[in-house]
Amino acid sequence: MKKIEAIVRHFKLEDVKNALTEKGIVGMTVSEVRGFGRQKGHTEIYRGSEYAIDFVPKVKIEVICKDDDLDSVVNTIVESAKTGRIGDGKVFVSDIVNVIRIRTGESDEAAL
Amino acid sequence: MRYVRKFGLFFLLMSVFHSLWLAPPVSAQEAAVKASEPEVIAPTIEQRLAGLEAYIGNGDPTAKNEKGEPAAGVTTATMGIAGPGHNAWLMISTALVLFMTLPGLALFYGGLVRKKNVLSVVAQCFGCAGLVTILWVICGYSIVFGEHPADGPTNPFPWLIGDMKHLFMNGVTSAPDTGYCYWISENVFAMFQMMFAIITPALIVGAIAERMKYSAIMLFILLWMFVVYFPLAHMVWGFDGLMNGVWNGGASIRAIDFAGGTVVHMSSGWSALVLCLLLGPRKGFGKTAMPPHSMVMCSIGTGMLWVGWYGFNAGSALAADGIAANAFTTTTIAAAVASFIWPLIEYIRNGKPSILGFCSGAVAGLVVVTPACGFITVQGALIIGVAAGVVPYLFCTVVKKIFKYDDALDTFGVHAAGGTLGALMTGFLATPSVNANLVGSYAKANGLDKVLENRTLWIEQLKAMGLTIALSVVATLVITGLVSVLVGLRPTAENEDVGLDLSEHGEAGYEFY
Repeated sequence: MKKIEAIVRHFKLEDVKNALTEKGIVGMTVSEVRGFGRQKGHTEIYRGSEYAIDFVPKVKIEVICKDDDLDSVVNTIVESAKTGRIGDGKVFVSDIVNVIRIRTGESDEAAL
Repeated sequence: MRYVRKFGLFFLLMSVFHSLWLAPPVSAQEAAVKASEPEVIAPTIEQRLAGLEAYIGNGDPTAKNEKGEPAAGVTTATMGIAGPGHNAWLMISTALVLFMTLPGLALFYGGLVRKKNVLSVVAQCFGCAGLVTILWVICGYSIVFGEHPADGPTNPFPWLIGDMKHLFMNGVTSAPDTGYCYWISENVFAMFQMMFAIITPALIVGAIAERMKYSAIMLFILLWMFVVYFPLAHMVWGFDGLMNGVWNGGASIRAIDFAGGTVVHMSSGWSALVLCLLLGPRKGFGKTAMPPHSMVMCSIGTGMLWVGWYGFNAGSALAADGIAANAFTTTTIAAAVASFIWPLIEYIRNGKPSILGFCSGAVAGLVVVTPACGFITVQGALIIGVAAGVVPYLFCTVVKKIFKYDDALDTFGVHAAGGTLGALMTGFLATPSVNANLVGSYAKANGLDKVLENRTLWIEQLKAMGLTIALSVVATLVITGLVSVLVGLRPTAENEDVGLDLSEHGEAGYEFY
């Protein structure tokens, strides 16, 4: 099993979710995060005081899928989250050792 | 100035003595005694009608004889009671002015600080409300509005402080005190004026936000009220006040201040600057970002301040009359114009009109029009609105940047700069055409009418402004020194890092779980 962590723009969250649901993905976790990459931050001005905001707000989507589905899920996310401008975000993929469904105690792929 | 300061300290001691030993019993029967006085002579229909007409025109209801002198022994039904309409407006105004502090100012300032200090600002506003109420009831009201008896003042400085007859609100009942207004219950009048006394020190909090110990703030305010606010309010609004041009026939400075440009905004603003300089900047000021944590909260607070300001300005007419209506109108116009001009300048300079710009502009407009609102025309209000959008803007952005003082939430930039500008502009824009009191019998007695005629009112205003600034600055220097020695001014560096919410109040503004 793989974990896909995608950092995307706020307004792309809905598109990504819909695209993944269409591909049969039945669960995901979303969180508000801040960070920076090559986009860097932006400046805010309050009564003439300029503040450089280094950490830009983004949304992080976490999805766990079977090894076979990995390419399709990653492609779906990349396609649906893309605007083509700097700041579109990144996707990270890692291995998952086990998954347990709390209610039933099922594990591995049966718990997905 | 040394004279004034010395006297302030003397007074502090005196008031403590009074409060310890002279707690007079509050006489509840006074009003009843008055009502049960035997009616010696029945009033004529004309006298009764004149009493009613006085209510409509906010005039003196005392029954007169044919010569126009008070008719001895004649009592009409409108004498010695509050007028329902005027009284209702003042009760609403009182609530509105309280609404400015709680929660208006608490939210306005609370939104502008960082998340870790939001509750400290709320606590400071609440603290002002409670502490000042106690001081006001014990002796504050008497110091400011206690009228000296007609046969001579009871202290050597009637121009500086009032008579002590109202200690513990003694004798303050629902009957009007006709020395100040004919139709407002004196207890309502006292509560209305108390709300001004509450918001004034609460404004200072803006300059020293995020970095002063709570105990130090409360002690500072306690001393500041006695040395600065009470004497200043008496001088400007008290019956014998030194600078009360409109209502004191013997005023030596014939200045005018409708709703508190000098008393509230200049005193708090200039004191705030001194206190913020003595205190030093917040830890990391200029190095780390300190943006407002909630502009939504700040704009809600601004809206509440604006609404509450109607009680502040229009309520200061002390009647639901034409002067109140004019103040209501000029207040609206000045605030609206300034709230548009400030972000307009931002748009021209930075390309983006900010929400904080709208909020700051609105408050600046309200501040600048405060001393003027009951004396100026709509055209005057337009001029004030434009000036209020420009001058405080420059103080908050350009001047602050040059001198690098950490006036955290711009109490100096908005209230001192705005209040000073407003007091001066009142000198140019005031006109008897909207307020006949400017050429009333008191104004004729002290020469205010001539001053207006010769267009030299601004010189009188400058004198009042100079005295206000001198008193605020000198007193704040001394009081801050005293507080620094007694309890210390700043929290430890660690507590400041953690934030005052947790370190001073043991609570967090926002809990996540």
